[in-house]
Amino acid sequence: MKRIIVVGNGMVGYKFCEKLRKQSVAAEVIVYGEEPRPAYDRVHLSSYFSGKTAEDLLMAPASWYAEHNIVLHLGELVTEINRDAKTIRTHTGKTDHYDYLVLATGSSPFVPAIEGVERDGVFVYRTIEDLNQIIDYGKKIKCAAVMGGGLLGLEAGKALIDLGLQTHVVEFASRLMPRQLDEAGSNILLHKLSQLGITVHLNKSTKRIAGNGKLEGLEFADASFLPVEMLVISAGIRPRDEVAKASGLEVHARGGVLVNDFLQTSDENIFAIGEVAVHSNMVYGLVAPGYEMADIVVRQIAGDFSKLFQGFDMSTKLKLMGVDVGSFGDALGETPGSIPIAFQDKHNGVYKRINISADGKLLLGGILVGDASQYNLFHQMVMNRMALPAQPESLIIGAPGKGEEGAGVKSLPDSAQICACENITKGDLVLQITEKGVKTLDDLKKSTKACTGCGGCTPMVNDILKLTLESMGVTVKKSLCEHFDFTRQELYDIIKVKGLKSYEDVLEQHGKGHGCEVCQPAVASLLASIWNEPILNQSTIQDTNDRFLANIQRGGTYSVVPRIAGGEITPEKLIAIGRIAKAYGLYTKITGGQRIDMFGARVEQLPEIWEELIAEGFESGHAYGKALRTIKSCVGSTWCRFGVQDSVAFAIFIEDRYKGLRAPHKLKGAVSGCIRECAEAQSKDFGIIATEKGWNLYVCGNGGSRPQHAKLLVTDVDTDTCVKLIDRFLMFYIKTADPLTRTATWLNKMEGGLEYLYDVVVNDSLGIGEELEKDMQALIANYHCEWKKVVEDPAQRAQFKHFINDDSSDSTLSFVEMRGQKFPEDWNKK
Amino acid sequence: MEILNDIRSLATVDNDIKVWFKAARASDFPENGGACVKYKDQQIAVFNFARRSEWYACQNLCPHKMQMVLSRGIIGSVSEEPKVACPFHKKTFSLRNGECLNATEEKLAVFPVKIEDGFVYIGFAR
Repeated sequence: MKRIIVVGNGMVGYKFCEKLRKQSVAAEVIVYGEEPRPAYDRVHLSSYFSGKTAEDLLMAPASWYAEHNIVLHLGELVTEINRDAKTIRTHTGKTDHYDYLVLATGSSPFVPAIEGVERDGVFVYRTIEDLNQIIDYGKKIKCAAVMGGGLLGLEAGKALIDLGLQTHVVEFASRLMPRQLDEAGSNILLHKLSQLGITVHLNKSTKRIAGNGKLEGLEFADASFLPVEMLVISAGIRPRDEVAKASGLEVHARGGVLVNDFLQTSDENIFAIGEVAVHSNMVYGLVAPGYEMADIVVRQIAGDFSKLFQGFDMSTKLKLMGVDVGSFGDALGETPGSIPIAFQDKHNGVYKRINISADGKLLLGGILVGDASQYNLFHQMVMNRMALPAQPESLIIGAPGKGEEGAGVKSLPDSAQICACENITKGDLVLQITEKGVKTLDDLKKSTKACTGCGGCTPMVNDILKLTLESMGVTVKKSLCEHFDFTRQELYDIIKVKGLKSYEDVLEQHGKGHGCEVCQPAVASLLASIWNEPILNQSTIQDTNDRFLANIQRGGTYSVVPRIAGGEITPEKLIAIGRIAKAYGLYTKITGGQRIDMFGARVEQLPEIWEELIAEGFESGHAYGKALRTIKSCVGSTWCRFGVQDSVAFAIFIEDRYKGLRAPHKLKGAVSGCIRECAEAQSKDFGIIATEKGWNLYVCGNGGSRPQHAKLLVTDVDTDTCVKLIDRFLMFYIKTADPLTRTATWLNKMEGGLEYLYDVVVNDSLGIGEELEKDMQALIANYHCEWKKVVEDPAQRAQFKHFINDDSSDSTLSFVEMRGQKFPEDWNKK
Repeated sequence: MEILNDIRSLATVDNDIKVWFKAARASDFPENGGACVKYKDQQIAVFNFARRSEWYACQNLCPHKMQMVLSRGIIGSVSEEPKVACPFHKKTFSLRNGECLNATEEKLAVFPVKIEDGFVYIGFAR
């Protein structure tokens, strides 16, 4: 068996080990790391200041290495390589033999030779030890500066703000992030930073770090002086090539170990990856190219020499102190003849710049600040040399996001990378569909691994699947799943007309096979929307949260949300919630729907907690169901000096009317007492805004990942009319929407759109108005508190246990404490 | 990882069953659903697939996010393969051989089940 020694246990060194073991390469692996702890996530180092622990940041715990048969030596610096004998020696004198040596020693911060850098209070920003020192020193002072306004320097600046320090950033260049941004982009960022309390000093060359023993301030070349008590230097990186150099490997004049396209150094048995490597005169100071290098070396050791390192695109998109920043391709327009087109909106803090080729045919690169939503599309256009539209300026000036995505997918070439985590192109996906007969998203995920990393590409993959199937002439019938050849709407009618009451009957008479996790909850929802009988009579067909009438959370405990209609609650009830939460040790949080969520209840505690809540006059809030959630309200005319109607009373009335109503997806409503719209009714499935003469009714709004304003249906209607129209609207939605479709998407897909909906609901063009109202009336009449039923029924209570053969609790649940409350242990650490 | 190895060591190879553990009355298990059985300090998900007149048992731990929840998952079939869907992220696993059906998660340990005199027994290697 080959013996591989990895020198350096940083992110890239760790990734090398992970990939090697994932490939099941049979090799002995020994890792020497200089730092006292296993590899950690340096990219998110600044989160250490906002509450993450060193433990949280670990790429994998020490036990991971042992479990994967990797010997990890920490706190051990490799100081010598004997290339003839193929051995290494560490600073403690330990020697070891290798067949392959992988140098992943990373880099160290570059500290310029300025007078006074040795003073107390001068730090660099690279390791957790550095951070600990910064934190300790930061406690004694009030004012600090970062030298360097690049990516890392701004991260460090954020960290100092988190420490509560008055923070300055000093940059030698005339702009921030000089490698990624131009002057105008930098200005937008500058403005945002000043709002956060960071003072930026540009064009400043530091001449001397002044002080007497400890630091007192910075003297600049222009003779100005900045009094600070601490300095964090972030002026670039230098590859850690000492040991390579000493052993005679070829290094670059400015530092770094020279590698070829195979990542081999001048010694074919020694590889260099990550920030220590210099490939075609480039040091790659980002983690993605480092991972790519690790992958290529692993492949070679496994015998696959097909993949070469051919440079890496340095485009980046990140969120810097809450500001989106994207920089792609030739961001600064350095290609001869390139023409910049820029759009700037100082009011909203948005800057967009694209650089197009001299002939106007290609996008070369660009900059996005404040709104980077088009980053993926632009980046793909550059990478794939896609043709620009006739008016390239329309890319950045047109209404953002409008219908771009579907069309975007269609126009992408086959070489476009869709899933960045698994490196899958559009062509790979299309091939699976056209040649391998893949027809579903699940199968596509399985056969290509697309969407299995971060999941961010799922919508794009789905669009490609749909478009490709359509282009093949396959009609995509929206049947529920392999067990039912019907759409949800067809099944609604079947169940209602035939009077079916159980899933078993529906499956036996109209389905095939044995059901699945799609059709069982869908039919459960239909049965509830038609008959409104207690759902736990058929507990095993219910979806995750419905099965235990609570919301499952990380760790497998549940959260409990009692109904607080309209957000109105008496002091007595508030005290009751506090008392119960305290008694059961629950974490409490105010929800977006104006109620209180209690987290961390074990499954066997749920009936007891609800028994107490019910005794205090609460009922189920249906937070766990695809059902009516809350009707949010503003204060309204009873207290508010602007209010024209009593929005709270109307919200409570509406919430009580529709509570327990189950629908294809969750439903949210709101009532605002005047035109100021404090209840945000226009972002709800149905929203009501008071006018002098009555109510305006809005429908099909949505928050979430794709916010959509609700559309105005009717104006100035009286209370009875308003309620009647909501009855019809909701019932029509319940009958006709696809499973798990919110009202906004339902309307977007509806042929005829808002006009058609208005015709059905207001003009009763289908002649079903009365029937819809009657159906709604029947559901309302059948309302029951689902939790009351469980609490009163010993047989159902008995289902709320972790073990069927033991009364103990799940012993694997573990919690940590933060801000005086409990939280589940992070599942990524398990 | 350790937790996964522990449960795997309970699984039998070539039907070499050393222990038939009497878990609970068959009628205690919900029809077409699951419940969690405690065996030593391990958690086993047991499913009463009444629609097919079959019983299955597997580890209660979902290998995706290491959560003890599979017994609370919805069961069903894909073609003829019986499966369970994890309540957290709907990763599905074969109840027959434990393989992940819609992603690349690690395989579940599965265990033989028999019903005698109205009681559910699970077979273990130790």
